[in-house]
Amino acid sequence: MDQSRIRNFSIIAHIDHGKSTLADRILQLTETVSEREMRDQLLDSMELERERGITIKAQAVRVQWKGHELNLIDTPGHVDFTYEVSRSLQACEGAVLVVDAAQGIEAQTLANAYLAIENDLEIVPVVNKIDLPSADPEGAASEVSELLGGSTEDVVRISAKTGVNVEQVLDAIVARIPAPAGESDAPARALVFDSSYDQYRGVIAFVRVVDGRLPTGAGLRAMAMGTDFDAEELGFMAPQRVPVEALEAGEVGYVVTGLKDVSRLRVGDTLTTRRAGAASPLPGYKDVKPMVFAGLFPTDSDDYPELRDALERLKLNDAALFYEPETSQALGFGFRCGFLGLLHMEIVRERLEREFDLDLLVTAPNVAYQVKEKNGEWVEVHNPADMPRDPEEVQEPYVRAQVIVPKDYVGAVMELCTERRGRFDHMEYLSETRVLLTYELPLGEIVYDFYDQLKSRTRGYASFDYDVAGFRDGELARVDVLVGGEQVDALSLIAHRDAAYERGKLLVERLREEIPRQMFDVPIQAAIGSRVIARETVKAKRKDVLAKCYGGDITRKRKLLEKQKKGKKRMKQVGGVEVPQEAFLAVLNLDGEKKR
Amino acid sequence: MSGVRHLYVHLPFCAHRCGYCDFVTAVGRVGEHGAYAEAIVGELERVRRRLAPDVETVFVGGGTPTFTEPAALRRVLAALPDADELTVEANPETVTPALAAVLREVGVTRVSVGAQSFDERLLEVLERVAGPDDVRRAVHTLRDAGFDNISLDLVYGIPGQSAADLEADLASALALEPEHLSCYELEAKPGTRFTHAHGAELARQAEAMEGYAEQVVETLTGAGYRWYETANFCRKADGERELRAQHNLAIWRGADYLGIGVGAVSTLGSERRRNAPSVGRYVTALAAGKDPPREVELLDEGTRAVELLMLGLRLDEPFAIDASGVAGVVDRDALDRLVDRGLVERRNGSVLLSPRGRLLGGAVTAELLA
Repeated sequence: MDQSRIRNFSIIAHIDHGKSTLADRILQLTETVSEREMRDQLLDSMELERERGITIKAQAVRVQWKGHELNLIDTPGHVDFTYEVSRSLQACEGAVLVVDAAQGIEAQTLANAYLAIENDLEIVPVVNKIDLPSADPEGAASEVSELLGGSTEDVVRISAKTGVNVEQVLDAIVARIPAPAGESDAPARALVFDSSYDQYRGVIAFVRVVDGRLPTGAGLRAMAMGTDFDAEELGFMAPQRVPVEALEAGEVGYVVTGLKDVSRLRVGDTLTTRRAGAASPLPGYKDVKPMVFAGLFPTDSDDYPELRDALERLKLNDAALFYEPETSQALGFGFRCGFLGLLHMEIVRERLEREFDLDLLVTAPNVAYQVKEKNGEWVEVHNPADMPRDPEEVQEPYVRAQVIVPKDYVGAVMELCTERRGRFDHMEYLSETRVLLTYELPLGEIVYDFYDQLKSRTRGYASFDYDVAGFRDGELARVDVLVGGEQVDALSLIAHRDAAYERGKLLVERLREEIPRQMFDVPIQAAIGSRVIARETVKAKRKDVLAKCYGGDITRKRKLLEKQKKGKKRMKQVGGVEVPQEAFLAVLNLDGEKKR
Repeated sequence: MSGVRHLYVHLPFCAHRCGYCDFVTAVGRVGEHGAYAEAIVGELERVRRRLAPDVETVFVGGGTPTFTEPAALRRVLAALPDADELTVEANPETVTPALAAVLREVGVTRVSVGAQSFDERLLEVLERVAGPDDVRRAVHTLRDAGFDNISLDLVYGIPGQSAADLEADLASALALEPEHLSCYELEAKPGTRFTHAHGAELARQAEAMEGYAEQVVETLTGAGYRWYETANFCRKADGERELRAQHNLAIWRGADYLGIGVGAVSTLGSERRRNAPSVGRYVTALAAGKDPPREVELLDEGTRAVELLMLGLRLDEPFAIDASGVAGVVDRDALDRLVDRGLVERRNGSVLLSPRGRLLGGAVTAELLA
C-alpha cells in the first residue's frame, strides 16, 4: 500500500470514557468483523481486562475505510503502563482523544494528551456519550479545545454506544492525521510497541515499520537487546492474524519470532534486518524498571514450586514483571517481586490466584530505594529488611502527580498531599468548577494507602495520575519490629522520619492484638536502630490445661493435645514466640485501623 | 502377664441429663436397670480371666451409679472382685441411710460425691437435681454410716460465678472436711445445649475467670491439701493413710485397666477398646452370650509414649522421661526452654512441672512434644 493511504492512530482516554466501545464500533462500521462475530470490547481479550474494564496489553488492528488502510493501535489505559502507552503512541501519527461528555477531562485524559503531544501526534478530539441524560457535550468540548488549543468545532461529538457520528471520527482520521513519511528504500527499521507470547509460536512482536521493508523469512535483529531471530511469519491483525509476504514502510503488523523468552525482545526496541541493516536504532528506547516491590509467599509452603512456575509463565507475557527468590525467617520461601505500580501488582496477584489457583500472602508494598553505602557505592534496595541501618544517603522515587477535583475538594486534596510530604507545583482551573492540582510526591507515600485516602476525602470525585520523576534525597528511617526481643524481618518498614514514630506505634498495637498469649510475657517493640520508639506487651496466659483426664477419655485428650501441637507448628517461631501468619498482614492495614 | 489390677464399671443411668454433661448417660429407664446389671455381670465373667487374682482398685462411675435401681445396684456391687479400693460415684440427692448401708455392706471403701457447687443459683445453672443442703446431708449420712474416705467434685467457671462465689464454694466444701476434692473447670463443649444457652456469657467472663484455677490451688493447698494431680487434691499426712484416688493414680501412671459397661474404655498394652454407648445393644449382645459391640484402637509406641507423657506430667511427682520410654517423643530443646522459663524443673533424669507449669500444663506438654 502506498504510504499516503495509510493512517496509524491510537485511541486514548481516561478509564471508562469509552475507548474500547469506540474501537468496537470502528471494527463494525468498517466491516472488519461481522455482526455475528462481534463481541463487546473485542480487543480486550484477557478475562481480567474485560472484568476490570481496562486494557492491559495493547494490540493493533487493521481496518479499511474509503480506500485507506487504518491501523488502530490500542493502548493500555493506566498509569502503570505509561511506557507502553508512549511506545504505542510513537508508532502512530495521530491519536483520537476520547472524553466523556458527562465527566469532562480527567487526570488520565491529561496524562495521555500530554504524551500524545510529546510524541508530535495530531490529536482528533472526540466527546463521547452524548446520548447520556447527564451529558454536557458543549462543556466537555470547550474543556478539550482549551486543553489542545483548537476550536470547539473540531471536536467530534459521538455516542460510541449507539454508533451516532462514529463515521465522522473515521473521516477525521483520514482527513487530519498525516500519512506516514518513512523512507521506503532505506535499511529497515521497525519499532516494537508490544509483544505477546504464543504457546506454540513463541514471542510475537507487534511492530510499526518506519523505514524500509521486512520480508518473510528475513534474518532480523532487535538492536537494543542484540537478539537475533528469523521472521517466521509476518502479517496484520484483522483482528485475527492475516499473514502477508512483507511489511512495508508505514505499515503496522506482527512478526512471529520463534523466540521462547519475552525478555529477549523488549517493547521500544528497534528491529532491523541482519543483512544490510540500519546503522542506528529508532530513538527513545528505555529499559522499564519496576518501582514497587512486595514479597509474595505461598500460604502453604508446599506450594512454593507452583508459585515459581506460575511466575515464570506470567513473565512470558509480562516483560515488566520482576521476581527473585526471597527467604523470610518468618514467612519461609517466596519471591520478592517488582511491579510498575500498584495496579500492575494487583493484576499479577489476581492472575496468580485466579489462573493458577494459588493462595498467597502478599507483604506490604514498598518502593525501590537508592542507597549510598559507606564505600561510596550506590545500590538499589527492594526490601526494607535489606536497608542498611545507618546508610550514608538514601534516595527515594518521586512522582509528578496530577489530581483533578471539583473545586470544593481542593482543600482536602492539598491537605492530603501535604501530609504525604507533597511539594505543591501548581494549580489551574480547567473550568469554573474543576481544578487541576500538580504535586510532586514520594512514590512511597502513594503506595501507602494514597488512593483510598484520596477517594474517601473527595467522595470519589478526584481523578489521579502520575509519572515517575526520578529519585530524590529522603529523610528516611528503617523501623524494625522486635518480638520477644528478636527482630522480625518481614515486619520491617521504611518511613519518613516524621511518620516513623506513629507508624511504629500503630504497628506494635496491631501486633499485640494479633499475637496470641503465650506461656510468658511477650514484649513487642518498634525500634529505629537501637532506639525503641514503641512498646507493647502480650501478657502471659495464666492457665492452659484441661481440667479432667481419666481412663475413659485419654484418646480424646491426646488428640486435643496433638491438635494443639499442630496449631503451634502452623505458627511461625520467632524468638521462641509463636506468631500466626495473620500477624504479618498487620503491617498492611495500619491506616485502615486508624480510620476506624 | 500377671493380669489387670484396675477395673472400671460404668452405670449410665441418671435422673436427668445436666446441660454440660458429656458422659455416656441414659435418663430414667428404670425398667431396664435389672437387665443392664445382668449384662454387666455377664461382661465381668467374660473378662475375669484377664484380671489379676489380686485386683487393687475398682471404680464404679456413671451416669449416676447410685440412681440405679437398688436391687440392680446391689447385684452389680456384689459381683465385683475384692479390691483394696472400691469407689462408687454418688449424686447427693440419692444418698440415703439405706443406700449408705448397702454400700458399706458390699465393701465400698470410698464414695465420690458430685457436689459441683454449694450455691443454689449456680446449681440451677448447671441443672443439678440436688440443692446445697442435699450435698451437706449426703456427706453427713455417709460419715454416719462409717465412711472415712469421701471425695467431693466441684465445678468452677460456672456462668455467673464470681471469684467470691468460688471462694464461698471452696469454704463450704472444706467445712465438710472431705478426704479428697476434685475441682474441674467447666468445659462448655461446642454444640451442647449448655454452650448454646451460656456460651456468650462464658466468653464474656473468660478473662475474669482465668485466675480461678490459681485461686482453687491456693485455697486448697492453703487449707493443707496436697495438689497431687492437675484437678485433684487430697488431705495430707493422715498417719499411714494414702488418700490419693488409687484407681485414677494408677491410670495416670500408665497402668493397664479394664472397663466394662456401655461406653467403658479399657487400655490393655497396645490395645484400647471402647464399648459402644448403646444400652440396648449392650444388653442384647451379652444376653446372647456375646462380647458387647466395641471399637478397638491400636496404640503404637509413639502414641502411647505421648499419652504417658501427657498423663505423667499431670502429677506432682517427678516423671522419669527415660525410664518411662517416652524419650523419643520429647523435644530436648523445648525442655531446655521450659526449664529456663521456670515452667519445668529437672531432677536427675526426671522432670516435674512447677506450679505455674502445671497451670499451663496443656501448653507445656504440647511444647515438649517433638
